[in-house]
Amino acid sequence: MVSMLPAFQFSVQSDEFSVRDALEQLLRRLKPLSLDVEEAGTVELVMAEALNNVVEHAYPEGNPAGPINIHCRHRSNGLHLTITDQGVGMPDGETPLGRPANLNVDKMDLPEGGFGWFLIKDLAKDVDYKRVGWENRLSLRLAVATKARQT
Amino acid sequence: MELTSSQQDALQVVAVNDARIDAAVAIEFKDAMREKTDGGSDVVVLDLSVVEFIDSSGLGAIVASMKNMGKGRTLALAGLTPTVEKVFRLTRMDSVFPVYPTLEGALDNLKN
Repeated sequence: MVSMLPAFQFSVQSDEFSVRDALEQLLRRLKPLSLDVEEAGTVELVMAEALNNVVEHAYPEGNPAGPINIHCRHRSNGLHLTITDQGVGMPDGETPLGRPANLNVDKMDLPEGGFGWFLIKDLAKDVDYKRVGWENRLSLRLAVATKARQT
Repeated sequence: MELTSSQQDALQVVAVNDARIDAAVAIEFKDAMREKTDGGSDVVVLDLSVVEFIDSSGLGAIVASMKNMGKGRTLALAGLTPTVEKVFRLTRMDSVFPVYPTLEGALDNLKN
């Protein structure tokens, strides 16, 4: 059985390269779980998309940068991750739907963006967004390092 | 973001020499690709074998590079590592680009 990793959290300051820094820290702290390539890829991809959104939309260029906090709890059904920031809230107080892009178009009209929320919602479970006071809180679960998996 | 371009008969191969194509370098990648592929071969193979990670911004930059090349030209992808392959598969972008597991496979197939 996979032993449970103690909960941890850390913060980075929002800027162009803080997402790389945060992902590196996160994966380093998850090392004891010995995630396989597939699982580590899922964690890195979902968290990259969620953190890129914070850097791009919560702390957009021209606004002051601010902290991004990442909190991680390991439970038998996977990793419960919460990303908190003090930037601009989501429009309408909700995350985008994350529908798959329409690729049935001329290749010159193919979309160059809008894949981020699709990837998050496709790979993560229990995605929940709340605006609490001045904070954005995005929580999600990644079904990796679950109890059923043998080491 | 460093790209290396080489010519293999009628094919141009552009190799990415960085481990990540992410939001931090997506625009730089797009500009570097434009510089390498402008006026190049009709078929360009993008060698991704050292790229370990790509996010949706990197994916968008590859789509933009393909569009920049223009209608009559082809951008093929080779050497996708597991996480890169996953992004293309999940977004179904693997149906838009010719995708080859290895550079050798891409060259063998595209030379004919």
